This record gives sequence, structure tokens and C-alpha cells, in this order.
Amino acid sequence: MLTLECPYCGVKAEETELQAGGEAHLKRFGPGSSDDEFEGYLFLRKNPKGVHFERWRHAYGCGKWFLAARCTATLEVFGTYSAQTKEPPADLQAKIKAKRPDWEGYK
Amino acid sequence: MSKAVSALGGVSHKGFVEVSEAGLQGMITVRGDLSSAKMKKAVKAATGTAVPEARRIVIAGDKAAAWMSPDELLILVPYTEAVATVAALEEALAGEHHIVADVSDARAMFRIKGAKASQALLKLCPVDFETLAEGEIRRTRAAQVAAALWKSAEDEFSLVSFRSAAGYVFGALEVSARTGSEPFPA
Amino acid sequence: MSTRLQKGGRLIDRSKALSFTFNGKRMKGFAGDTLASALLGADQMMVGRSFKYHRPRGVVASGAEEPNALVGLGTGGRFEPNQRTTTTELFDGAVTASQNHWPSLEFDIGAINDKFYRFLPAGFYYKTFMFPRFAWKHVFEPIVRQSAGLGKVPQNRDEDRYEYAYAFADLVIVGGGIAGLAAALAAGKQGKRVWLIEQTAHWGGRAVVDGVQIEGTDAGAWVKEAVQALEKMENVTLRTRTMASGLYDHGYLMAYERIADHTPGDGRPRHRLWRMRAGHIVTATGAIERPLSFAGNDIPGVMLASAVRDYVVNWAVSPGDRTVIVTNNDDAYRTALALLDAGLVVPAVIDARPEAKGELPQAVRARGVRVLEGHGIAKVKGGKRVTGVATCIQAGEGAELEQIACDAVAMSGGWSPVVHLWSHCGGKLIWDDKLAMFRPDPKRPATGEDGAAMVTAVGSANGILAAQDVLADAHQAVGGKGTAPGAVSEAEEPLIPVWIMPQGAGPALRFKMWLDPQNDVKVSDVQLAAREGYESVEHTKRYTTLGMATDQGKISNINGLAILSDSLNRAIPETGTTTFRPPYTPISMGAIAGEARGEIFQPLRKTPMHEWHETHGAHWEPVGLWRRPYCFLRSGEGVHDAVNREIRQVRNSVGLLDASTLGKILVKGPDAGKFLDMLYTNMMSTLPVGKCRYGLMCNENGFLSDDGVVVRLTEDTWLCHTTTGGADRIHGWMEDWLQCEWWDFKVYTANVTEQYAQVAIAGPNARKLLEKLGGMDLSKEALPFMEWREGVLGGFRARVHRISFSGELSFEVAVPASEGRAFWDALIAAGEEFGVMPYGTEAMHIMRAEKGFIMIGDETDGTVIPQDLNLQWAISKKKEDYLGKRAQERSFMASPDRWKLVGLETLDGSVIPDGAYAVAEGYNANGQRNMQGRVTSTYHSPTLNKGIAMGLVKHGPDRMGEVIEFPVDNGKVVKARIVDPVFYDKDGEKQNV
Repeated sequence: MLTLECPYCGVKAEETELQAGGEAHLKRFGPGSSDDEFEGYLFLRKNPKGVHFERWRHAYGCGKWFLAARCTATLEVFGTYSAQTKEPPADLQAKIKAKRPDWEGYK
Repeated sequence: MSKAVSALGGVSHKGFVEVSEAGLQGMITVRGDLSSAKMKKAVKAATGTAVPEARRIVIAGDKAAAWMSPDELLILVPYTEAVATVAALEEALAGEHHIVADVSDARAMFRIKGAKASQALLKLCPVDFETLAEGEIRRTRAAQVAAALWKSAEDEFSLVSFRSAAGYVFGALEVSARTGSEPFPA
Repeated sequence: MSTRLQKGGRLIDRSKALSFTFNGKRMKGFAGDTLASALLGADQMMVGRSFKYHRPRGVVASGAEEPNALVGLGTGGRFEPNQRTTTTELFDGAVTASQNHWPSLEFDIGAINDKFYRFLPAGFYYKTFMFPRFAWKHVFEPIVRQSAGLGKVPQNRDEDRYEYAYAFADLVIVGGGIAGLAAALAAGKQGKRVWLIEQTAHWGGRAVVDGVQIEGTDAGAWVKEAVQALEKMENVTLRTRTMASGLYDHGYLMAYERIADHTPGDGRPRHRLWRMRAGHIVTATGAIERPLSFAGNDIPGVMLASAVRDYVVNWAVSPGDRTVIVTNNDDAYRTALALLDAGLVVPAVIDARPEAKGELPQAVRARGVRVLEGHGIAKVKGGKRVTGVATCIQAGEGAELEQIACDAVAMSGGWSPVVHLWSHCGGKLIWDDKLAMFRPDPKRPATGEDGAAMVTAVGSANGILAAQDVLADAHQAVGGKGTAPGAVSEAEEPLIPVWIMPQGAGPALRFKMWLDPQNDVKVSDVQLAAREGYESVEHTKRYTTLGMATDQGKISNINGLAILSDSLNRAIPETGTTTFRPPYTPISMGAIAGEARGEIFQPLRKTPMHEWHETHGAHWEPVGLWRRPYCFLRSGEGVHDAVNREIRQVRNSVGLLDASTLGKILVKGPDAGKFLDMLYTNMMSTLPVGKCRYGLMCNENGFLSDDGVVVRLTEDTWLCHTTTGGADRIHGWMEDWLQCEWWDFKVYTANVTEQYAQVAIAGPNARKLLEKLGGMDLSKEALPFMEWREGVLGGFRARVHRISFSGELSFEVAVPASEGRAFWDALIAAGEEFGVMPYGTEAMHIMRAEKGFIMIGDETDGTVIPQDLNLQWAISKKKEDYLGKRAQERSFMASPDRWKLVGLETLDGSVIPDGAYAVAEGYNANGQRNMQGRVTSTYHSPTLNKGIAMGLVKHGPDRMGEVIEFPVDNGKVVKARIVDPVFYDKDGEKQNV
């Protein structure tokens, strides 16, 4: 059962206080999008063994959604950050790259 | 107002600590820009306190302001003052994007009294009470429901839950406080 | 025979005699005894029968690894099966019973299985019970259930209570032997928040028994001082009787505290499950001795050598006057010395090694004991207890050389570090050839949230056996300052691995060499599995049952995988171990449940009127965590009658529904209208202040997810009603979109569901009733249908909505929840002249069905889009986008062949069973009838006095008047006509008055 630090309130919450929200940084496709785009948005999810970016909500706490970068194999947490970002912060990406030189990078 | 009753009518139980429902308590949710001048003024007028820092509750007599999230406060006032305080807050925040909602009746408030108060709570809440800071309000869960708690006096914690779950919370507190079940008896 | 010695016993208090019973027989023990030591002290060597062959079984070990000595403990509400006697502290009045035999322990019918061992090999069940198929259920299973299995299931409600507790520490040290104590002393001095937990009731572990000298004094004295020093450190928490059961992600450690097992009924919780979060974990969990595989090694009286000296030293229990020792290492000679010191006889030490010339063997020789080098045991003599052993040459095939009379055998095959916690979260092991053991590989530990090691193994758990090295390892592992405590113990010569005794034993002997006495797995079974192709150790485990059940193979696994490796002609590390999974030893179901039982098993949410309902005949229905009255039963009345009565009352006069559970979410801000337009399929931004509008919400799949009435409170504030189950979900859904997608929208939400008690006052007399309360003008003109007003009603601050889910003139009134009960009482009082009564959810459901209103969860099931329900009128055509819109444009969603909502009227007036399917012509590829629709809601309508239903039917709306068939139970077919789903007051005249 993992722990994540909520970047909004600073509480290091355990998993029972959190709600998982799946893959982070999805781009929404609405009316006017192609079938392929919409399929990708609605159904196709990454499932890497390794570095992954996820949505979590501090549900039994400040109620805020935040994003987390962690390794799905070792559960190492590289960092948590604001949900109001289009992609992982550059310094976090650099940190991950340093820890996981084989990581193919974000996207 | 005489028609108003709290969820459990002030029930209490004495074990190794005393747990009780605290009765009616005015509570107001305020969301907005916590750093704005208007907000500071509005909170000062409502509670006599400053806008609390992150995860802090500031208490002034029978009123308090608690930080709930980066854009949300909980204002505590006597139950009978809640309606007027809501109106005052609305007026003070007019013209600025905000929400003020009276939640006095949506909640139940409990007190856990005694030198070992945290020992009853640590059975229900995944919270490190040894590192809970002075004046910190912790939103967490109490067993299976959402709760917020803080040290409201020497040897006393206050805990807020949703009103509908009051019976459950009291039941869990009562079991946790039973005589002889202190996790650290010495 | 086993007896209590006249002197000694460091853990027992002879001044406190305790009495207990075993199979009804009264026995005596002392405070400080375990059940096992007390049983042995009372000469009860045989304590149970084995799982499969029902062979007599006795105590093998002295700790958590015990496979055999399990008993049913307690009676009634305190009965629990499979209690390990070696880890159960004796208490006065304990009632114990042996397991797995019938009719009695001494005479057991099932022991016949032992004579047929050749027919019960590994995989016997799989091979035998395949055919004929019917025989499994009627013949084999009843027999297997009668003859196999361990203890009996408790029949009574558990009288004890249990709890969780959360704890946080920088360092949790598991194991209170000298390694754990040394680590705790070193870490405690650094000011870290340290927990030291020990599964038994005593500190010190093995070193105290083994006569180790520490810091110039005996280990016992050092341990006492160490514990006293630790007790003085405020940053150190000490717990005995607390077993670390499992280690999980990010330093999450479960520890099982047995608070009152030894003081049952004293009012304290029986067990406490600590849910600990540790910055780092040190496993000082010691090692477990391995048995040796020789014929008859399961006969009562054959014990682990370390256990024998534990019983002698700790509890002054002699397993027998004459104990033969059989070993492959020097450590077992300590048992010889302990027995000799207690005045007992050691007829011989049988050492499998070609020579035994170390300090310990020489000391034993010097006491006049025969040491047979290069020897083994060919066979143990005896049935229900040991009577002797036959020796042989270890290198040979088992020809008997000599018989030695004895009443116990102490065996030692070397030591295996307890690596369970190390391994639970991914720590890897390496095979140490010299010590013949798997030990933690320090290069591959379990890692924590920061990617660094979160576990360090120390001492014997780390494969370090000599006391002085153990202390140094523990001290250094936690970064201890200065030098570690020094210790002196005898030097030991290396062991040689012995997996089978003798080396060349033939089939007859191998059939009697037990690897896993708990599951009756023998050397021959593992060899058979290997021959049959079970090469993976995990497969072999499941095929043979080696290492399963309550002991999880603590003494048997390594021997078993060595045999497997040997059979497959490969090295032990290539075979590897099975996965170590929590819990380390079984923990009680009660501890897992914690406080969650009875009234607080689950939160039960109550509305402010709950108690009133409770005292007025509420027949409850669970709705999420709420209970809502399904109907209110009057004395002598059935549910069906009550529902009909309630409906008639609403249709003819006035009824009250507690609607407090409906979700209520405030949405406010300059962009609130825009936001709600995205959330709902309808246009909400255009809703005028003072009005209400029914709205639909879909997920991004396009499927309906919730519905409810939206109220425009002010220019920038809306109040969204959700379904009872939807309140938290929809609030979370709103916040998700606001925080993660449209964070530029200036919108705030607040979930005010519980702030209000809400009551629906429905029926032709609804207005009259409310007018009696007075204070607000509720006339048709002042408050038209689908509008709301705020005011003071009968002295209550109220928001009154004119909305109707019943089809009648209806007001939904929200008042502060704290006044909800008073408001309800006022309504009941004011409504007396109209015969007012509450109605429940079933009446509500039937009335809405009569009106053709859909219900989320009935008409929808997560695959239904609004268009299926003919709700196009609630989908804005003007909006470019809303959640679900793109999905609803997918070809499958836009297909004219989708099943659509219709009303269904049975030809005979009966009620179609819920969920019934309508069949179409022909059969599908699987030979099943083709389907053309299904029932979504079905009721008897008291208003229309016939069965009515709604359903989804292919091309339904185009087929009005057509009759379709619903096959139901027993070949019966119900015929129903497709009709308009609005059965009652189609023009809405009743609600609009």
C-alpha cells in the first residue's frame, strides 16, 4: 500500500486516503475528432513496466487531484505535482532520466 | 432555532478517554482566493482570526478558521450565528469569485477528551499523532468515513464528520475508547 | 516418556500452577509454559493425527515453525481451531482438543490410510477423482471432507473484540533476540523513533538458551540489561507478543499483537493489528532449524535438536530419559550438553559427517557420550512414540548396523534464516553453499518509495550464526557508534548438507521419510512429482502440497526443494524457493476485521428522520450506505399491501417521502453555466433564476450516469440534485473536470447534500397541507410547476421546489437537516386531516413507472445512452459539446437497431419477472434463442390494477401494439403488448394544478 505526498496540502497520505484516477496527461477529444483520436482518448492506455504518470485524488484530505510519477515495477515515487499541467515538469523528467537512464522519456 | 437538534443529541461514553458528540456547531464552507485582501477582511470579521496557513486551524474563543484546501476554509462559529455569518461573508466577498455555504447541519462534531485521546484516534485514523503539529487540522478518514480532526485543547481533540455517519463515527470512537484497550497503557 | 524435571526452567514459575484439559483429561502446567511445554511436561507426546495418513503426531518444534502440534483451543464463542501449542501461552482453565481424528486420538479409523500409502501419492486427488464426473460431488468429496482437513470451524459468534492501530517509526526492528536488541540499542542512541517487536512473550531469543556469553556475562543477564536500557529511551517502543506478519509497499508493516490470548475474557481486545509505516525495517528474525529426512522421522518423540534444548532449558521439560541426537553440524551437540546438564542420558550422537572434531563434539565426547561419525539413522522404531533407532552408514543404502533404545530423537539438519519479511516485498535470496542455506542477498533488497533499500537483515536472519558475529552485524547495520557488544560462543566446524539419510536409501525407506509432516508430504512424493515433470518449485508445491497450510513449510521447504533439485539433477539455486507471502504465521480473522463488526461493520448513513422511520414500521432497503424505507408496515400488514396503501394515499390525498438522501451540489461562479452545459446533455446556462430543470449526465462513453433536477438559485449559482447514490460520485466528477481539464473555468462547487433534510409532499392535498403550515404563498400562480421559492414555512427556513416524480401535485421542501425531524413532525401533524402517511421507495418507484419516468440503475445499466430512452428532448441540439456527445456519435450508438424504451402491458394483467428477456425468431451461432429486448422495470400498479413494465426493445417505439414474448420460469411464456411508457395521466394534468 503506497504513500504519496499531496502537492497541494503536503500531507503524506496513504493509499486508503487516496483515489486512483488512471493515466495522467490525457488529451480530451470531443465532437469533431476522428474515430482514431477518440478511440485513443477513450480507450487506449499505457501500461508500462517502469516509469508511469498517474492521476490521484487526495480524496480523504484536501480533495485535490494531483499527478504522480512512479515506477510501476518497484513502486519508487519520483515525484508528485500539480494537476494543472499539460506535461510532467522538466526537472522531474530530468530526475527520472537520471535514475532510469533507459527510460524512453515522456511520450 | 429551538427545533434544531444535533445528529446524536450530545451522547457520550467514558472509557480510557471520554468521547462525546459536541452538539450543534455552526460551520461554513468558504471557497475563494485565500490570499486576497477581501478574504482576509471577511475572515477577520467572521472569526476574529487571520486566514490560517496551510493545514492550520486558528482558534479565537468560540470561533475558528480552518484551512481545508488551497482554496477552501471552514469557518466555525456558534450555531446560532451561522446564518448571519454566512450573510456577512457573502457581503464581504461580493465582487470576488467565491462560494459560501452553510454546512452547520451537514456535519457532526465530536470531542475526545483525556490524556490519552490520541490513543483512541490512532485506532481509526492513519495519522502520525506524534508529528501532528501544534494547531494542525488533519483531514483524513476515521475507519471508513471522512473526518477532520485537530487538538482543540490540552488533552482534547475535536473531530468533524458528516452528519449521516455520526452514529457510525460515535460507535467507532466508543469501541476505540473502551477501558483497558489503550495501545500504550503505561 | 516426557516429563517435568525437578529443577530448572528459566521461563516457568513453579509457584503458579495452572490447570488445563486436553481431550477432556485434566493436566497441570506452570505459569510461563506454552501449551506444548505443558503437554510434554504431562507426558502427552502424541498431540494429533496427520492430515492425510492420520499418523500419530507429536511436538516437533518450540516456536512458530511447529507443523504438528495444533489443537482446537477454547469453547463456544472463544473456540478457535489450529492453534499452535508451541506459541500459545498456557493459561488457567485452557480447554484443548486434538484434531484430525475420528473417533479418538488413540484409536482413529482414518489411520487405515497409512496402510495404503502406496495408493495415496502426490497428485492422488487429481489422478483419482477425475471420472466418473458425478462421483466427485456424491462420493469422493464427502469422503475427502470427512477424512482430510485440520481443525473444525467455530460454530459460535466470536466473543472477543479486535482492533487496528496505526503507528509510524523511523525504524522497526523485528525480532527481540540479541540481534534485535543490539540493533535497537544502537539505533535508539541515535535518537531515531524505533520500534522493537518480538513475537514471543520473552526477549533474548536463542542465545539465552545456548549459553552464550555477552560482554562478560551470560546472555540472560545481558538481555535483561539491554531491555532495561531500551525501556528508558523515550524514542524506543518495545512490544512482546507482537509478530510482524507482513511487509508491504513503502515500508508498510503489519504487526499482530496478541494482547489477551493468555488472559482470555479480561475485557481487553484479544488482538490488535498494527498498521505500521516504517522508514526502514530491520529483520532480526533469526533462523529455523531444519529436520533431517530419515525413515520414521515423523513419529512422536522425534524433535528438532534446538527444540529439545529449549524444552529442557526454558521449561524444564525432558522429552525422554534417553535422547539420541542425529546431526550434520556442531550446533546440535549443544543439545547433548543441555540434556547431560539436566541429568538425562544421551546414548549416542549420530553425526552424518565423516568426522566431528570441533570444540562442541569434543566436549560431548569428554562427557562420555558415543559419537558415531559418518553414520545415519536407518529407521526410527516405534508407533505412537519413539522406542529406538536403527543406525546405518550415511553413505550406504540403510543396512541396519545397531539398534539403540531411546524415547526421543533430536535432529538437526542445519539452519535456515527466517527470510520471510525480507522477501515479502521483493527482497532476493542467494544460496550459501558453505552454510547450505538461502540467505538475503544484500545487493537485492526490497526497495521503498525513494528507490533505496527499505529492509536490512541482521544476525541469523542474515545467515550469520555465531553470537559474536551476530552482534557485530546488528550493531553495524543500523550505523551503531563505537564497538558492538562482544560475545563468546564455541567455535563450530562446518556442516555438510544432508538431504536424505542414508544417502542411498531405497524406495521402502523413502516412503517413510517425511519432508512436510503437516501435509504428509514425503521424499518419495517430491521425487514422483519430479518424474512426472513438475520442474518448477511452485508447481511442485501445489502438486504435492509441500509447504502449504498453516506452517507454510517453515521446516520443510528447503529440504523439499533440495530433493527436487537432486531429482532433477540441478543445483539448488537453480530450483529456487517458492514465494514467501504474508502472513508469516496465520493471524486471526478477527484481527483482519478490526473494529468492523456488528453495528459498525460498515457506516450506516441516517437521515434526520431515520429514528422516526425506525419507530413507524420502516421496512428498510439499503441504498448505497443509506437505509431508506421501502415501505412503512402497519401492524398485521404485508409489504405488498403497505405499498399499495401508500400509493393510493398519494394518488388520492397526500403522502410524505423522505428525500433527504438525494445529492445536492452547489455550483457557483462566472463560468458555472458554461461548466454545467458541458456536464449535462441539456442547456443549463439558459435556465432562468427561480426555475428548475430536469437534467441528464453522461460519461465520456456516452452512457447515462446520473440524472436530477437542476435549480437556478441566483445569477451565478446553480443547485444540482443527483441520485442518492450519485452525490459523492458526481461531486467528485465535477471536481475532476474542474481541476484536471477546465482549470481555467471560474467555478466553485460545494457538496451540501447533508445540509438539508428534504421531504416530498405529494398528492392532490399537498398544497392544502403546506398552506396549513403557513408562511409562504404556494399557489399555482405564486409557485408554478418546475419553479422554486425560498421562505419561512411554518417557522422553518425552507426552499420549496415544485417538482414531481410521482405525477401528482408535489412539493419538495428542503429545510436545515438539524430541523428535519421537527419539520417532518410538523407535516405529520398538519396532514392528519388528510390522513397523511409516509411512503417508501417502492411506492415512489411504482408511481414514477406509472408515469413513464426512468430510474438510473433500472432503465440504465452503464450501457444505455439517453437516446435509447427517448430522452432526445433533454439533449441540447445547440451545444457543440458536452460530456458524452462525441461518444454518442459513434456508429454503434447512432444505430437504429439499438433497443429502445417502451412500455409493456401483459395481456393477462400479470407482472413480468424483473430482467426477463424477450425472444425473437431464430437462434444464434451458439444455439441460443435470439433476443429482441428486456424488461428494465416491472411492477403491479395499484392505480391501474394491472402489471406494468418498461423495457428496452429493438425498434420498440415503431412497434406500438405488437405483442412480444418473454419466456420465464418452467417453460412459461408471458405475452406483453408494446405500449407508450406513460401509463398514467399522460398530459400531466394532475401535477400541474
